[in-house]
Amino acid sequence: MRVWYFSEMAYHPAWEEGLKRGSLRVVLPSSNYDPRIGHQLLNRYLDEFALCDEVGLDIMVNEHHSTSTCLTISVPMALAIIARETKHSRLLSLGTPIANRPDPVRVAEEMAWLDVLSGGRLEMGLVKGAPYEIAPANSNPANLMRRYWEAHDLILKAMSTTDGPFSWEGEFFHYRNVNIWPRPLQQPTPPVWMTGLSVETGRMAAERGHVVGTLLSLSAAGPMFAAYRQRAQELGWTAGPDRFAYAAVVGVGTTREEGRRRANLAADYVRTSPIVAEPFTNPPGYNSLAANIAMLKAGGKRGGFVRDRHGNPVDQTTASIEQLIESGTCFAGSPDDVYNQIKALHDSVGGFGNLLMFGQGGFLDHADTVANITLFAKEVLPRLRELNPEPKTAVAAE
Amino acid sequence: MTIQTLSLAGTSLELIERGRGRPLLFLHAGEGLAPERPWLDLLSRKYRVITPWHPGWGSSPLIDGAGSVDDLAYLYLDLADQLGLENATLVGACFGGWVAAELMVRSTARFTQLVLVDPLGVKFGGRDERDIADMHALTRAEYLKMAWADPARGEIEFTKLPDSELAAIVRGREAFALYGWKPYMHNPRLKRWLHRIDRPTLLVWGAEDRIVTPAYGEGWRQAIPGARLELISGAGHFPHWEQPEAFVDRLAAFVEGNR
Repeated sequence: MRVWYFSEMAYHPAWEEGLKRGSLRVVLPSSNYDPRIGHQLLNRYLDEFALCDEVGLDIMVNEHHSTSTCLTISVPMALAIIARETKHSRLLSLGTPIANRPDPVRVAEEMAWLDVLSGGRLEMGLVKGAPYEIAPANSNPANLMRRYWEAHDLILKAMSTTDGPFSWEGEFFHYRNVNIWPRPLQQPTPPVWMTGLSVETGRMAAERGHVVGTLLSLSAAGPMFAAYRQRAQELGWTAGPDRFAYAAVVGVGTTREEGRRRANLAADYVRTSPIVAEPFTNPPGYNSLAANIAMLKAGGKRGGFVRDRHGNPVDQTTASIEQLIESGTCFAGSPDDVYNQIKALHDSVGGFGNLLMFGQGGFLDHADTVANITLFAKEVLPRLRELNPEPKTAVAAE
Repeated sequence: MTIQTLSLAGTSLELIERGRGRPLLFLHAGEGLAPERPWLDLLSRKYRVITPWHPGWGSSPLIDGAGSVDDLAYLYLDLADQLGLENATLVGACFGGWVAAELMVRSTARFTQLVLVDPLGVKFGGRDERDIADMHALTRAEYLKMAWADPARGEIEFTKLPDSELAAIVRGREAFALYGWKPYMHNPRLKRWLHRIDRPTLLVWGAEDRIVTPAYGEGWRQAIPGARLELISGAGHFPHWEQPEAFVDRLAAFVEGNR
């Protein structure tokens, strides 16, 4: 198993105000951001990413917009820095919200550039993005997935075409001369990742052989991975564990109490993440017809995606660390505890080869984050590596 | 109420045809057609009302799975041809008003007059002014307060509706976003061509509409040659729903006045 550390590089000093106003995203004015504190935080978070390279962890970066929960506003910008500060870690962009980007060719260029810069260490997530990302991007939610697939196809073609230029006249994107420089080091493209929560996403990813990732909920991972395996089988290939990724908050300590304390602090991400002004939580067309009918029948209440082992929704905003362990949202405790929890979840969903380790969140400070990363790498990572074979990846350039 | 399905232009359209007399093509609001509200019954006592569900609403399929307001304008021109409408009245409310204006700048041949009811579709103000309220940044309760003189009249008890009606509502919301997300509920070029509407035009406006205010209606009045603007009190964005009698009276007086 590979383990990919990530942090959303949150600006938690604004959370109290955001909670008071009922939204940490979209409508929380940036007067609540102190750029001098932000300067210290961004640099601190980047130091923590760099540490992962020394201890043998891989690295993941994501992005959000118009929010106090995540101050990474550009995956390629963050990864460009991290690529220079690291030597061995593979670098996962998870990812670029390509249906919200006006210029897919620019995405292809940036990803190819990162792949060259890092010596072929890039893994490339092409994601749908969260519903509340629609407003900051002002992208049309009603045809989001049509645009997603057109951008996806164009990005992969732009990266893998070496005898360009070619022209593209689609429903959404129009270019007469696509011929990106540089081309990626990993040919024809770096490994591609998708994310989601649904069986449908599992099937779509299987049809392309992409890695599929899901987050924070055991009850979503099982059916999605199963759908992927089944679709792969129908198409004549067997999906290994390297095709699957699972994201969870991880807190490890020398004692159970210390690990739980760390996870509990980092889990404030899970608790604050869904606090968004209501109109931005479900833009028309983002969720399926069936999901919307269910919401209207439930009196407009939106179900979160964290569910317990029986599939019942868990209120993310108030969940205890025990509930979050139970739902597969957090792995927490001593190294043994954390390993055993990961192993149990791994086994219950038929295996996965990638753990996306939310190792810093909210008020978890630098000292605790360093200890969390270091202890995990020393005590848990070696055992996870034996849990299933490492995925095959391209060899990094010297 | 009989719902017909019509094939045209390589797609299909669900519509209601009701009443006798001069033909009247009614293009519905973003919120939907709501034929069960009294406006249709009142209107069909005076006119032969033809009112389709726009592609994406009700059971009308989207055109090629996508489509734009331009497509709707051409589709309804085709519909008017196919039905052989002569001396017809075109009425459009809210989003339907936008579609009606797009249709009329293309061709007014089949229509003798135009009635726009709190239409969306054009921009008069500057780039940092909002002409049209951002309905997608409001909670349902906030939206009702801005769209209705009496918000209670606009409430829908979703939990009591059957799945089929909920599905129609969800599809309509999605279609409304599809056509009007960006630029938001308007065509930046439409204002430039409103002078082409060479038919008597009545702008009916809910005096308490805060989605598009009467001041925005005044912009429309100035942009369409000879247009008249009339306010209906006790009504917000949907005067045909909120004050159906007053709405039909004003409309009929205008139509009869143009004989």
